[in-house]
Amino acid sequence: MDLIISLTVNGLATGMLIFLLAAGLTLIFGLMSVLNFAHGGLFIWGAYTGVWSFQMTGSFVVGIITAIITGLLLGLVTERLIIRPVYGNHIQQILITLGFMLVLQEFIKVVFGPDQKAVFPPEILQGSFLVGDIVLIKYRLFIIAVGILIFIVSSFILKRTRIGLIVRAGVMDKEMVQSLGINIKLVFMLVFMVGAAMAALSGIMHAVYSGVIYAEMGLEFSILAFIVVVIGGMGSFSGSLFAAILVGLAQAFMAYYVPALSLAVNMLLMTVVLIFRPQGLFGKG
Amino acid sequence: MSSLLKLDQVEAHIQKFHILQGISFDVKKGGVTVLLGRNGAGKTTTLRTIMGLNQVSKGTVTFKDENIGSLPTHQISNKGIGYVPEDQGVFGDLTVGENMRVAMKKEDEATTKRMEWVLDLFPDLKKFWKKPGGALSGGQKQMLAIARAYVNENELLLIDEPSKGLAPIIVDKVTESILQMKENTTILLVEQNFMMASKIGNQFYIIDDGKTVHDGQMEELKQDKVLMKKYLGIA
Repeated sequence: MDLIISLTVNGLATGMLIFLLAAGLTLIFGLMSVLNFAHGGLFIWGAYTGVWSFQMTGSFVVGIITAIITGLLLGLVTERLIIRPVYGNHIQQILITLGFMLVLQEFIKVVFGPDQKAVFPPEILQGSFLVGDIVLIKYRLFIIAVGILIFIVSSFILKRTRIGLIVRAGVMDKEMVQSLGINIKLVFMLVFMVGAAMAALSGIMHAVYSGVIYAEMGLEFSILAFIVVVIGGMGSFSGSLFAAILVGLAQAFMAYYVPALSLAVNMLLMTVVLIFRPQGLFGKG
Repeated sequence: MSSLLKLDQVEAHIQKFHILQGISFDVKKGGVTVLLGRNGAGKTTTLRTIMGLNQVSKGTVTFKDENIGSLPTHQISNKGIGYVPEDQGVFGDLTVGENMRVAMKKEDEATTKRMEWVLDLFPDLKKFWKKPGGALSGGQKQMLAIARAYVNENELLLIDEPSKGLAPIIVDKVTESILQMKENTTILLVEQNFMMASKIGNQFYIIDDGKTVHDGQMEELKQDKVLMKKYLGIA
């Protein structure tokens, strides 16, 4: 039982990290119909700038804020310079965002150096709690709490505020939203920036979780986010949370029980979903 | 009556197709102007072009003496033009209340009063306030689309085929509501249902092959069997 709980906490923590990355991706796709392969680049820049600022100031909160600001600014630049000229053309979007992803990745090496960097959790989040015989690692619980918080806040904004309603309406009918006097391009830009900030937040959280950062981790981790978006349903926020938790748990349990299949399990999940429900578990047919 | 909206030799393309080839008309302040014509004549494209959803390739669109032909859609809407598209544009996953909330540009006293007025006009919307827009009937969707356009203080409403696909009893209800709205707002209506158009309309323009070919007062058109047969196919 202890093992099951421990694996579940691991899976949930990984799932929440993937959710933070996938949530931005799914919103960007749902609202803007943009396939953003540069999302992993935003993740890695969040990781590096956040860790840099964390190590400079000694404050993890400052590190998180730095990562979020980096995400917002990079999101702004990416949307205006890279995405805007290729709206409506998926092939061009894939090519240009994949190219930009590589630029972001290589530029990390120019600014921060090509070597891997070790990262340690802040003192307050080091160690673990002991509940009975179960060891609960503090930082993993912190990740789960942040993930839940982000989901609750985002869901509240999407469901209860006018800007959230506009975003949801924009996913359904962009022309109608514009006809109601709403500047959809501005909404697009804001959503992109928020999505990028979530990716960057995921970056710094993951950096501390894995204990090491390197330039290529953005591309590696963003593949998981794409799998989650496909499983959850393109454009579905709740779908992303569900799928991220599913993927996180599947990975954690498989890594323990059938290690050889731990990497394949996500692909397997995606394949099964694509066969029986091509629009994703929460996607609209 | 002064001119509120004026189109002068407007042309528009959809991809490579030259859809509007010279649309000119004048919508006077007050009352209902009806655009008539056969299927595919260019009526819907005309409304979409006024809203900036299709680009003007040639000619001018003037609203309150300002050329709005090159403005983006949201700015055109914010000048005071409400739009009810042919497919109603109801956000299916949002509730009736949320649909209304997205549409409300202000939350002041005047808007609240208009909301109350429009909900009295369409009590079904109040009844199904928490129901998703996608679960409404065709008539209820049409009511929601009209209510959404009316809730703001728009000077002009563009309504595209409000009777399309509705049962006759619902068409009567929609007709009645537009008749009440015309007391406060100028309306440009596209309508295939001549019975409805003739009940509501004050002046008319006939569009054929992307051009305005005839205009006049609705009362005159009702008497002109030749014109009706030639352009509207009504015997």
